[in-house]
Amino acid sequence: MSTSPLLQVQDLRVDFTQGQGKVFQALKGVSLNIQPGETVGLVGESGSGKTTLGRVILGLTEATSGQVIFDGEDITHASRLRRRTLGRDIQVVFQDPYGSLNPARTVGDTLAEPLLSDKTLSPRDMAQRIADVLQRVGMPADTAQRYPGQFSGGQRQRIAIARAVIAKPRLIVCDEPVSALDLSVQAQVLNLLKELQQSMGLAMLFISHDLTVVRHVSHRTVVLYRGDIVEQGDAAQVHEHPQHPYTRALLAAAPVPDPLIQRERRAQFDLARQALAAAH
Amino acid sequence: MNVATTPPPSASFVRRLLSRPLAVVALLWLLLLLVLSVGAPVFAPIDPLEQDLLALKQLPSAEHWLGTDALGRDVFSRMVHGVSLTIAGVIEAVVMASLLGLSLGVSAGYFGGLWDRCVQQYVSLVQSLPTMLIMLAVLAVFGQAMLPAMVTLGVMGSAGVSRVLRSVTLAVREELYIAAARISGLSDAHIIVRHVLPRIAGPVIVQMSLFAAIAVIVQTGISFLGLGVAPPAPTWGSMIFEASASLNDFPWLLVPSGGVVALTVLSFGLLGDSLRDASTESWSRPAVRQNVKARQAVKPKDLPTDSLLSLRDVTIVTGSGNAMRTLVQGVSFDLKQGETLGIVGESGSGKTLTSLSLMGLLPPGVHVSAGTAVINGEVIDLSNEKRLTQLRGATVGMIFQEPMAALDPCFKIGHQLAEVIRLQGLNTPQVQAKVMELLEQVKIPNPQDVAQRYPHQISGGMAQRVGIARALASEPRILLADEPTTALDVTVQAEILALLRSLSQSRQMAVVLVTHDWGVVADICDRAMVLRHGKVLESATVVDLFHRPQHPYTQALLAANPHSAKPGEVLPTVDDKLMNITGVAA
Repeated sequence: MSTSPLLQVQDLRVDFTQGQGKVFQALKGVSLNIQPGETVGLVGESGSGKTTLGRVILGLTEATSGQVIFDGEDITHASRLRRRTLGRDIQVVFQDPYGSLNPARTVGDTLAEPLLSDKTLSPRDMAQRIADVLQRVGMPADTAQRYPGQFSGGQRQRIAIARAVIAKPRLIVCDEPVSALDLSVQAQVLNLLKELQQSMGLAMLFISHDLTVVRHVSHRTVVLYRGDIVEQGDAAQVHEHPQHPYTRALLAAAPVPDPLIQRERRAQFDLARQALAAAH
Repeated sequence: MNVATTPPPSASFVRRLLSRPLAVVALLWLLLLLVLSVGAPVFAPIDPLEQDLLALKQLPSAEHWLGTDALGRDVFSRMVHGVSLTIAGVIEAVVMASLLGLSLGVSAGYFGGLWDRCVQQYVSLVQSLPTMLIMLAVLAVFGQAMLPAMVTLGVMGSAGVSRVLRSVTLAVREELYIAAARISGLSDAHIIVRHVLPRIAGPVIVQMSLFAAIAVIVQTGISFLGLGVAPPAPTWGSMIFEASASLNDFPWLLVPSGGVVALTVLSFGLLGDSLRDASTESWSRPAVRQNVKARQAVKPKDLPTDSLLSLRDVTIVTGSGNAMRTLVQGVSFDLKQGETLGIVGESGSGKTLTSLSLMGLLPPGVHVSAGTAVINGEVIDLSNEKRLTQLRGATVGMIFQEPMAALDPCFKIGHQLAEVIRLQGLNTPQVQAKVMELLEQVKIPNPQDVAQRYPHQISGGMAQRVGIARALASEPRILLADEPTTALDVTVQAEILALLRSLSQSRQMAVVLVTHDWGVVADICDRAMVLRHGKVLESATVVDLFHRPQHPYTQALLAANPHSAKPGEVLPTVDDKLMNITGVAA
């Protein structure tokens, strides 16, 4: 793609102090770009720093060094005031559909939040936008008056997605959006994300530990291992012809829902693991 | 008092509160006091200062409902007129404590950092000062004035209140919806009002109610000393003082004055307790464990000869009578030595309950209404929890989804294993040797070193290995594994599955694996059964199940897996699939 990237992350480092002078390096100089309308899958295991990267982009965690550039503007250390307006451009979908919605607020109340900073909207416009977005994510019209407690996990994740897209953002950070969902619900939510992404021209950073899911949704895949990017490239390329031993181990480790193929993969995994052990 | 904004969920909170008799009594008493204080001239028309020197120290009569004191003043009238002074003092203190405590506690908890440290220092300073001395000093400066004294009490009391509210706010601050609100561009003030205050309203009300009880005592104490209000004016404290002066010749005086103080303090305390209980009731009420009588076991007729574990018609229900719901219905299976059976299903399918029923570990409120297990030839009715408990560990072992939660954080790994092994009556060196042997069996590198570590010092994968080692310690014939790899990374999952596979083969253990992950089923299971809404839809060898699924639901679930779809294409969802196949919605 020849257009300038929507989001540029350059040599990002994040250190966490752990007391007694110890420092944990969550990200050790990570660089990646996201083009407008592109989905970048970020894969890694626990402790790889994938969630930290998402949090830095969202302004929830301070970067130690490096830069996050959104649409040409350095937002690494954006002020609280700037961050508040950035909320219209960069949004989030969290893993836990139970924790991400306030149980004491109606769904309509929660959905209104990204619109509150826009003072030109009248209450009537806002209600209309909420009704539109709920229809868009396939929720019944009376959802706005109800409380999150009355919905299932999959429905709540739809509501969380509605909150993310209601202000028409340009980038959504999805942090394990389907990990807490059942397989049958996962398919619906993935389809919804895909559909919204295409129709609204959204760029997405799709963070997940599940390679199959990442392969399904992303255009490009980035593999994170202990705070470093070990491999990134076209999704098909990374998944079908992985270059780095860690990517190979990761791919070989994920069990395939076919007992006959899985038997062969087991042997592959043992080889990949030995290669990874040799590499480190 | 601080009144929280009440969204509809708290409407049921009020109802829960009013269903508690003690809370109702406490509220009625406080309401009565309030009415008395407003309508004092009506309810007690006798002037509380009027002395009737012909009627000194009289017991209750029609004229003087609670008798008269040493100066012949009407005790009932003095008590009623004293209410407003006491209530006013309590309100002053509570308003001060709640305003200051709320703003300090919430701001410190929400913003953290330097401000939090300053507030913490201030709170420690205030809490280290003796409240009574400070109040006496204030009274000395301002003369006999209740307002500055009670405001001082409020300031001193706000320290403790703010400390509690700070910690509640700290917990709420980490909620994801607060992060989402921040990303959406809400200001801090907005977030506090919309998201933090409603969540901490419960603790605020409880704290204030308990603080009010203290304020009543302090207010009474000050007027007992004659410091708050100039003596002839009627206050509860001065009444107690007068009663104590004539304690020897007329003890009755202490009953109304002391009684009203005691009742009020008790009411505030009980109200606080009830508020706390009512606010946590919805999630902390323990379900009643029903004592189901063990039924006589009946040997099933169709038992295969080589089965190590057989279940027949397991039905699990919750509730009773009209409210009874069936969670698992008629589940049966047979399992041979060295064989691994997968129980696959989505959340709410009853897969976990089925495995727990075999351990006699069903959660409270849930019980087996029918079902027989044949374990190693022994026929046991699943309602016989006593017998199942005996088999637990020795014959049937179990590993859990959260390896960390299954280990006690206070003890070293070696100790936790030794604890189980010691039950077999081995001596100490034998136990230690067995611990090392088990850790080696689950392929932990450096077993000597790991045995000396605490659970938080090892990784999740390592913890699951320890969990497996502990389950193996008593050499069970059957191993139940409930989502044993769901919480683990894929590379660790592959290793744990490999370990389970080799152990089940080398020990000829029968393994029941509960999971929602079809990849795991394909990897480790010989046979699998698909559960949905508590019913077995189909049961087959894994090759048949994956290559020739019989039930539409199984077909739909397998198709919904992004693994079998072309990247980027719309995934067939289970509902659509079932609709196409059966013509009805799932």
